[in-house]
Amino acid sequence: MAETIEPNVERVTAEGAGPVLSLVAASLVVGGRALLRDVDLSVEAGECIVVLGANGAGKSTLLRLANGIVAASSGQVHRLPARAQLMLLQRPPQMRRSALDQLRFVLATRGLPEPARSERARDALTACGLAACAERAVRRLSGGEQQRLALAAAWACSPRLLLADEPASNLAPAATRELERLLGELRRRGATLIVSTHNVAQAKRLAERIVFMDGGRIVEDRPAADFFSAPHSAAARDYLQGETA
Amino acid sequence: MSVLAESLDAAIGLVVRADPALREITLLSLKASATATLCAALIGLPLGALVALWRSRLATPIAIVLNAAMGLPPVVVGLLVYLLLSRSGPLGALGWLFTPSGMVLAQTVLITPIIAALTRQTIEDHHRELREWFDSLGLTPWRRASTLLVEARHSLAVALLAGFGRAVAEVGAVMIVGGNIAGSTRVMTTTIALETSKGDLPLALALGALLLALVLIVNVIAQGGRMWLARDHG
Repeated sequence: MAETIEPNVERVTAEGAGPVLSLVAASLVVGGRALLRDVDLSVEAGECIVVLGANGAGKSTLLRLANGIVAASSGQVHRLPARAQLMLLQRPPQMRRSALDQLRFVLATRGLPEPARSERARDALTACGLAACAERAVRRLSGGEQQRLALAAAWACSPRLLLADEPASNLAPAATRELERLLGELRRRGATLIVSTHNVAQAKRLAERIVFMDGGRIVEDRPAADFFSAPHSAAARDYLQGETA
Repeated sequence: MSVLAESLDAAIGLVVRADPALREITLLSLKASATATLCAALIGLPLGALVALWRSRLATPIAIVLNAAMGLPPVVVGLLVYLLLSRSGPLGALGWLFTPSGMVLAQTVLITPIIAALTRQTIEDHHRELREWFDSLGLTPWRRASTLLVEARHSLAVALLAGFGRAVAEVGAVMIVGGNIAGSTRVMTTTIALETSKGDLPLALALGALLLALVLIVNVIAQGGRMWLARDHG
């Protein structure tokens, strides 16, 4: 049974069956400006979707809506409960704690008791190549290490849906490859991925399905191979040309 | 010898002799102010955090009142606490008038707004950095508040120091509520006021110099503690 948050607008889908995310004619208007218009999107478990588009196209807003950080102004949103999903932000969170403690904090918000909490946190750090940084202050880690720490949280929490908002936007190429490798690893462990990016090369490396956004709308929603070989819309053609030129 | 040199001489003499009356006065000053800071922290830290996180139209007016209350005139607070504690007042049964407990109450009333207002500002600043992440984790307001109080611990130490500084330097309220009774409620500031009015300027100045030194020492210790804590986690 789905739990109703706001009648007719927001629903949290039951754990288990069905799509992990479903938006029907979802719009978001803030201060008279439409950030999302009539967005329809259905995501099945196990998919790997890349949300592609220029800056300001509405990619971040779409992810924030999916995550529940913002609520739709109209339309319907069915999403997983907060505990079943995790979002990687553009700027990785920096607490004034050690890397291990930040991870333990995330696990505590998921209700995982000690000593399992510490154990899982250490395993996740090791899996993400951060074992040596466990006791270091998060603020003293490099940008790449901080983003990997955010991924370690995803590793530790094993969310059914992982939303990543331009996770590589501040990373050097080597760190980006490492990030993509870890995203792939998480996917193999069963997570559904929705990753936003404006980087076409990255989208090609990651995506099975592309959701292309322009001006707050989903302009194209197709298998990645089809999208890249023959984009339907003029906006997507222009974008691909501009980005790869 | 000038008054200043004379007072410095007197101050050194008092410390070197470890004058028992001075020790008693100094200890009471520190004890009362520390207790008041503790009480005010217990109220002010959560209060400031909740006002900072409270998404309501009332949050701004409350923040303004808290900021304004940082400038509460001590004599007015002293008078109000005096009325509360006087035999016919609502708290008369406690028997706290002209006791250190009464002084602690007055100091607590004075510095709680300081700690709460500084906490509110600090927590608001820290929350701005982490808000989106907390939103995405679906944190409850309570968890947010408690987490941010820990996150902001270094800055909050300054708020507590500001409260302590105000309490230990306070004279009007503790004079009214405590009564400046020798051996019972006499503290450094009230002694300075008394000695000045008696014309014993060197003694008053000596006590003043000691008070300044004490405040400085407390701050040095606190700063050292902060740096020691910050060394690990920035």
